[in-house]
Amino acid sequence: MQTDILIIGSGGAGLTSALTAHENGVKVTIITKEYPTRSQTCMAQGGINAALGNAGKDSVESHIKNTLKSAHGIASEEAINLLCSQAPSAVEWLDSIGVCFSRTKDAKIAQRTLGGASAPRACYAQDYTGLKILHTLYDRCLEAGIEILNERYLLEILTDENSTNGATVLNIRSGEIETYSAKAVIVATGGYSRIYDKHSTNSTASTGDGIAIAMKAGARVSDMEFIQFHPTALKNSSILISESARGAGGHLLNSKGERFTDELAPRDEVARAIHNETAKGEEIFLDIRHLGEEFIDEELPQERKLAKLYENIDPVYDLIPIKPVAHYTMGGIEVDDSSSTIVKGLYAVGECANHRVHGANRLGGNSLLELIVFGKQVGENSAKYAKNIDEIKASKTDYILDNFSDDVEIDFYKIKKELGDVFYKNVGISRDKKTLQNILLKVEEFITDIPKMGITDNSKIYNTNRVEFLEFKNILELSRLVLIGAIARDESRGAHFRVDAPQEDKQFAMHTIIDKDGVVK
Amino acid sequence: MKIRVQRETLAEFEVDVHDVTLLSLLTTIKTTQDSSLTFASGCRSSICGSCSMRVNGKEVLACSYKVQDGDLIEPLQNTPVIRDLVVDMSKAYEKNQKAKAWLSRITNSVSLTQENEKINEIQSDCILCGSCYSACPVFAVNDEFLGPFSLTRVWKYVSDKREDDEKEKIDTIQTNGVWACTLCNECTLVCPQDISSKADIEKLRSKSAMAGYSDPNFASFDSFGGGFGFDGSPSF
Repeated sequence: MQTDILIIGSGGAGLTSALTAHENGVKVTIITKEYPTRSQTCMAQGGINAALGNAGKDSVESHIKNTLKSAHGIASEEAINLLCSQAPSAVEWLDSIGVCFSRTKDAKIAQRTLGGASAPRACYAQDYTGLKILHTLYDRCLEAGIEILNERYLLEILTDENSTNGATVLNIRSGEIETYSAKAVIVATGGYSRIYDKHSTNSTASTGDGIAIAMKAGARVSDMEFIQFHPTALKNSSILISESARGAGGHLLNSKGERFTDELAPRDEVARAIHNETAKGEEIFLDIRHLGEEFIDEELPQERKLAKLYENIDPVYDLIPIKPVAHYTMGGIEVDDSSSTIVKGLYAVGECANHRVHGANRLGGNSLLELIVFGKQVGENSAKYAKNIDEIKASKTDYILDNFSDDVEIDFYKIKKELGDVFYKNVGISRDKKTLQNILLKVEEFITDIPKMGITDNSKIYNTNRVEFLEFKNILELSRLVLIGAIARDESRGAHFRVDAPQEDKQFAMHTIIDKDGVVK
Repeated sequence: MKIRVQRETLAEFEVDVHDVTLLSLLTTIKTTQDSSLTFASGCRSSICGSCSMRVNGKEVLACSYKVQDGDLIEPLQNTPVIRDLVVDMSKAYEKNQKAKAWLSRITNSVSLTQENEKINEIQSDCILCGSCYSACPVFAVNDEFLGPFSLTRVWKYVSDKREDDEKEKIDTIQTNGVWACTLCNECTLVCPQDISSKADIEKLRSKSAMAGYSDPNFASFDSFGGGFGFDGSPSF
């Protein structure tokens, strides 16, 4: 199969780049391992930042200032300028295509305050912001007639003399391997928070596939050690309770019923404050009872439903038991100012990419924004690149799916769970060099053991056992990269906190870049 | 706890858990008992629409249903089963394209009031889980029916103040659309987001009537001669 631009992943970033590339006159094909509307973007609740000043005084300069501060010195000022100055037009565009944003009494898009923001800046649609943006983008793709191929799993990105010419995928439904030839490839596969397994707010699909595969194709990754822990996930299920609950005045309480932190500080600070309380043996709760039933039903309907279902409590009357869990991965595929990797024709966008706008800690409301602003940018740039290529080189692959015997020695599901637990405990909010080194040895051991693992279902049609094993192999690779970054960074900065080096250190005010051969810069 | 799962043949599983979601139970079976058990899942929080299936004949999201001893788990109906509890949603989702469920013309700077926004707030909560599609009895006799979620989506856009080509929308849903529905309300009963496609279809019917269309099912009884020609176009 041939196309001009092959987009891997169909969340907000993938769909926005598809629409933009299509508008720029090239043939676009999207592949996704699920269906577009099932992508992680649908889980974003809080909002999308833009300094519109609809609910209080605000400016693009304040948005830039807040984002830079939260990034703790390792972001690109230029990229942040672009992100924040493009924000109002990004939201205007979403509004024009039919996203059902909540409104103010004077008929403007409603905005609320999220952590680390100096003004109510996040435009929202109740607590369904991501859902409504994603579905509207999907509807636009249908209107544009963009080809979307569902249930295809990325196996390799093909290259020829350091430029990409397509990808190999597993058609999950048929069990067949397919190759797609393309002039340019955009990776938009999302983050890697599921390396923490159940200790993450994310969809089970957030396994960092695109990052691991892009690296094999020659791309570099950066800042992998920066992983955001969201302060308020439901204690038993890791289901997210949106920051907007605190933005609206929700309190964090310990077992004694005392408040112990500024609830609206950036997420890294709040998560650490909770971590310290928990270490003292305290249980932590989110209290939104004083906001009242009417407000909760209007602004946070999803939260009430989820708390009832998963914790058997009603936030209108009860405290919500919470814990911080892995939520967003700041690191990812290294890209330049045009969203391009060091492999020609290979682009990356969204959570899988590192556009250096979040630095050491992302602000709530900036990730949905990133999808739109950089989605548009990568759509334009990749289209320009593709138009300058006359011919699509037919790509070939020698990829073969592994066959497994029935006697699998090591159960990968057990290792996956074990790895998640170990990571949550030791590679999470608080880290220590020696322990990180030991865990790296353990992960390398797991990687060596891969041939002893495998699948027990060898059937062809819709084999999720196989897909989950392929995802697990990516999880192991991502875990290794996170550890390499976390060990190399002998300091504390933003979401990366090292008990053995608790201060920010100027000489580390730079990006951790890891290449294909594992060399750190 | 024992549950039965409709695979190629009916399978029974016994798992030592209680007070868990169906999705959690299925995951336990897959990772500890039978790696070949096949189902789709994603967010675990009722928002991605991946894990819809039927329990004792009723559509649910596996992640939001607390499984009970003796439950019978089956895949969705009206869509081809690929394997076990996974169905092929492609054709169902194509109906959104057939129904032209999008804003027909993009116009900038239309400002919406809170009242304007509330009109289609609930319709825009749809997660495309396909529960309504599975529960709809019309597909048994007409698989070209646009179906509940697509028509709800059309209503979402038709009722949107930003839509300035209502006519195109209404024209598109006359054949295999609003009049093919029996108003049985099964879609409403199974929707995890409390959307009533039946009510949306009724609203689209009255919009259609205002545009000069009428129910073709009554055409033959209509002594005044209103109704549809054989090509589905309105005749007056």
